[in-house]
This record gives sequence, C-alpha cells and structure tokens, in this order.
Amino acid sequence: MAFTALYANKLRSLLTMLGIIIGVGAVIAMVSVGMGVRSNVQESIASLGSNMLIVSPGSSNRSGPRGAAGSKTTLKYEDAQAIESKVRNIDYVSPNASGNYQIVNGNQNWNTSVQGVTPGYMDIKSLSVQSGSFITQEQMNKRERVAVIGTTVAENLFGSENPVGKKIRVNNQPFRVIGLLESKGQSSMGQDQDDVVIIPLTTAQERVLGITYVNSISIQVSNAKYMDQVQEDVEILLRQRHKIVGGKEDDFHVRNLTSLMETMTQTTTMITLLLGSVAGISLVVGGIGIMNIMMVSVTERTREIGIRKALGATFNNIMMQFLIESVVIGVIGGIIGIFLGCGISSIIAKVGGFNTVITWAPIAVSFSFSVGIGLLFGILPARKAARLDPIEALRYE
Amino acid sequence: MDKKDAIAIRLRDIKKIYKMGGQELAALNGINLDIKRGEFAALMGPSGSGKSTLMNILGCLDRPTVGSYELEGKEVAHLSDDELAVMRNKHIGFVFQNFNLLSRISSLENVALPLVYAGVGASERRKRAQEVLEAVGLGDRAEHLPNELSGGQRQRVAIARALVNNPEIIMADEPTGNLDTKSTKEIMEIFQEMHGRGKTIILVTHEPEIAVCANRQLLVRDGVITRDEGKGVVLDVV
Ligand SMILES: Nc1ncnc2c1ncn2[C@@H]1O[C@H](COP(=O)(O)OP(=O)(O)O)[C@@H](O)[C@H]1O
Ligand SMILES: [Mg+2]
Repeated sequence: MAFTALYANKLRSLLTMLGIIIGVGAVIAMVSVGMGVRSNVQESIASLGSNMLIVSPGSSNRSGPRGAAGSKTTLKYEDAQAIESKVRNIDYVSPNASGNYQIVNGNQNWNTSVQGVTPGYMDIKSLSVQSGSFITQEQMNKRERVAVIGTTVAENLFGSENPVGKKIRVNNQPFRVIGLLESKGQSSMGQDQDDVVIIPLTTAQERVLGITYVNSISIQVSNAKYMDQVQEDVEILLRQRHKIVGGKEDDFHVRNLTSLMETMTQTTTMITLLLGSVAGISLVVGGIGIMNIMMVSVTERTREIGIRKALGATFNNIMMQFLIESVVIGVIGGIIGIFLGCGISSIIAKVGGFNTVITWAPIAVSFSFSVGIGLLFGILPARKAARLDPIEALRYE
Repeated sequence: MDKKDAIAIRLRDIKKIYKMGGQELAALNGINLDIKRGEFAALMGPSGSGKSTLMNILGCLDRPTVGSYELEGKEVAHLSDDELAVMRNKHIGFVFQNFNLLSRISSLENVALPLVYAGVGASERRKRAQEVLEAVGLGDRAEHLPNELSGGQRQRVAIARALVNNPEIIMADEPTGNLDTKSTKEIMEIFQEMHGRGKTIILVTHEPEIAVCANRQLLVRDGVITRDEGKGVVLDVV
C-alpha cells in the first residue's frame, strides 16, 4: 500500500528522499574522511615506535618566553649515555643530531637529511641492512666518516650499482658507504623513509654539523607500564645533570608518544564527530523535508482518508499507513545514501590521495537515524491524517 | 433467538446541533425511529431537511449531539471514534452519491478495502471481493480502475464494497443521484435483490419512483420525521 502511494508520485518521492540520501551520504563520507585522518595520524605516531619517550632540548612551556638560543644546546650525547646506564627498564637510548646536506657522487648530487645516530638506532627504528653493515660502536668512538644510505639516495647517486664500498661526499667531506638500508617505502604521512643518509652521531656532531649537542634523544621503554616511571627518572636525572634546581625551568622536555597518540586520537575523534554531526544536520533537514511532503500528501489525500475511515479504518490503521510511507522513504533514501556515501568516500580517497576508512558504525548509525527520522517526522503528518473526521474528510474537495 | 421483527435500529430523541459563529442550527431536532431487520426504508425530504445528517448518524460516521441510538441492540451514540469505526466496518455498508472510490487502485482492491480493516488475509480478501463483484455483474471489470468505468458501474463497485464484509444494514445516501435512468434502474434492482436476501436497507432519495421500491417511506422536514408510511412490511429474514 505504501509502495503504491509512493510509486504513484515517483518524482516527488525521489525528491523527498533526496534530503535523506544526501544526509546519509554526507555522514558516511565525512566520517570516513575523519576516520581516515585518524588512522593516518595513529599510524604515523605508531611508526615512530611504541613505548617511546623523546627528550628534546628547550622548555615544554610553549606559551612562555622561550629560553635563550643557548638552551637548545644543552642536551648532550653524555646525557643519553647517562640515561642508558642509570635509568632502569629501558631497551634502547638513541640520541640524534641531524641536518640537510648535499650528497655528491661524481657528478651526481642529491639533497637529503643526514642523521647522526648511535648503533641502537637500527633497532629502535626497526631498520635492516640489505647489503653491507650498520654503524658500529667502534666507528662511533673513532668518529669515522662512514655512511649507511637509503635506497632512494642510492638510486639517485648510484643508479642500479651497489653503493657499498663506494665513496660519497657529504657537506664536501669524503664518506665511505658501508651499508644500504632495506626499503621501508612511504610513511603514512607520505614521507619517503628511504631518502636518508645515516652516519655516526659523533662524526655528525664534529665533522659535519660542528656542534656539541644532540637534537633529540629517543628512549625505548621496555614495557608500557614503566612509561611514567621512566619519564620521571629521566627528568630527575637530566635536572641533576643540567643543575636545574628549585623552581627553575627545565631546559629540556620529555614527550610520551603514547600519550601524544592518545591526545591526537582524541582530537581526530573530535574532528570526526564534528564532521559527522555537521553532516547529521543535513539528515535532520532531510527529515523536515519528509515531514513537509507528508503534510502536503495528507492534505491531498484527505478524501482518501475519509473513504478509508468510512469503511472502518481506525486511528491506528491510518497512522500506520502514513508512518510506513515515511519510514519507507527513510529506508530507501538511507540505502541509496549509503551507496552514495561509500562512493564519495572512495572518490575522495582516489582524488585526494589519502586513506578514507569506511566502518560499519556510521553506516549503521546514519541508516537507523534516517529510518528514525522517517518515523519521527512522519508522526505529525500521520497523526494529522488519523485524526481527520470522516465526514469532513469525505466532504473535502 | 427470533430474528424476525427484531429491531435493527432504534433512535430516541436524536438531535444534531451545529454551532456556527454563535448561532445554533438544529439539523436534526428530535428524531424517533425504529427500523426492523429486513426493512427497506426510503428517506425523502427537501434539500437541507437533515437527511444526510441523519444518514451519517445512522451510518456511525457521526454522533448525535443528544439522544440514544441503538444499533443491533447496542447503544452507539457515544462510542469513541475507533469503536464507531469498528461498528461501520462490521455492521454497515455505506453507499454514497458520488461513489467515493479510491482512484489509484483497481475495482477489486476498492471492493476488498473493508476486509483490510476487518483483518482478513490477502488471498481471502481477493476471493471474496471477486465473488461480490460477480454478484453485481462486474466480474470482468475487477482489474479496471474506477475512472475506466461508467457511473453506473462505479456505483455497482461501491455497492459491492458495501456488501463485501456481509453487513446487516446497507445505507445509501442518494445512490442514484448522479446516474442516468438506465443505471438507476440497474442499481435499484440490486437494492431490491439485497432486500430479497434479507438485508436491512435505508436509502435517501428525491425521486418518488425510487421511493416506491422501498416498503416504507419516511419524510424528513426541518430535522424531524413528519410522515411514516408502509411501516411493518418486512420480508423474511434469512
Ligand atoms: N457540518 C455542518 N456544519 C454546519 N451545518 C451543517 C453541517 N452539515 C449540515 N449542516 C446543515 O444542516 C442542515 C441539514 O443538512 P443535510 O443533512 O445535509 O440536509 P439534506 O441531506 O437533507 O439535504 C442544513 O441546513 C445544512 O446546512
Ligand atoms: Mg444530502
């Protein structure tokens, strides 16, 4: 019965559904974009490693006046060594000093990031070497000019040749390539992880960067439950070493990647909800469209309602007839909207070049929402129809 | 129970008062009427005398302002809307002057409509609707839409619809008012046949030729019954 009535007014039914279709489609597309952003952020933080603490120079108090430029220079390799030897429940400590330099092989040159690291870096970043070897402690101690390069660098400087054993120039100094990294591809943020040159930290500090400090110290904690304890121990130790007493501001700060991840996840969830609820508003507007058309439909069909009532239709019979109609609009609109939303989401993924994540939750929620809206916004017109007086309805022209 | 001579309808001091902008209009002003089972009564009277108002109350489409209405022994004057709907569905078949068929559905579906609200299953509905359509001579028009039928045929569909749930009483408010002479004759034959099968029939008409088909003639004037002739001629109730 409901289908007959809807089919009799095909164009109008479709236009009425359009509001719901767009609403559901928008919710699904927006939420899938939001979820995509979230999973990208989560992946990229996770790719930095789990159970990681990162010590950076400078105060964490961003809003206050930043310390003198000198405060950036206070974090030392010795701090990393002290952390490794004094703080418990740590797997690796990896200090890092880096800069961008031109790398030259013969007449080929390539600009890339040069990372000064310790041997532990390989484990902490889960890197592996496909040819040659990684930096050793001995090379560290002797400040040797050796380099391990990523595949992108190798391709640009050596083509298909094996670079191991070859000479390159980093910042105009001769380096020997001792290893070629296994390719890691793009990071979830779209960064090429193979575009890197790795050299011993000490070499980087003295021979390339000309500095005595490190840019950061990464600490891999052995177990998630020790994160807070290790963070505290590291802070106490560094305050001692940097002679920071009383109320003086720290010249370093320790970030917990797990809690960073939690904050980011929270933020992106918020964004997703925001996008979803903005789209949800269009769903409500669609519902009002249903109500509007159903109202018109009830008025137009006053006579039909009168006839049905004269033949014995009760309040509930008429109520159900119109409610089913508006719910059917909601259901069909919802289903079409789901396909539309999934379609838009995959187009965004293709064109925008980033992941969108379609999950069941927004589909189920927006679908039941559209059914609910059909029901809710159908109630008023259906009541209006069901309450009509049969005689007056029959007299209606 | 003795069905013969049993009272189908009993009206006592029925008044219907319309309030219009401070003015009161008594469309019915104290109607007293008994109609026995199996009677065929014709209701006559000038336009505006209150015939339709009376029919609507008799047909449980409307409630009197005051008074008592017993239908098949049950007081119905103050039933709720839904209770009236059930009474209409079970006990009364109503035939209108302007047919009142739903234009988007077939004759068969129109005829089956009362059965929908009586809670009869779909296949049973079709079967019974088809039977009644055949009884009014429209078995071959079942799938036609109302606007594909002539006026007389439409009214026959409407009569089939009134009969389909097998009500005791058929009410018709000027059923031939929109029809030509030939169709009028056909329709009246159907009413007489229904009367012959024991239905109680109340029919509003302007035309004396039609009124004589009935075995009782009632004249309504200014909301009261002023003449009542041929009372008591009742065919055997089946
Ligand atoms: N809904 C209504 N509101 C006000 N007055 C009405 C209404 N229905 C009928 N009337 C009045 O009641 C009187 C009887 O009307 P009706 O029963 O239709 O007469 P008939 O069918 O005999 O021509 C008329 O004067 C009419 O104007
Ligand atoms: Mg009338």
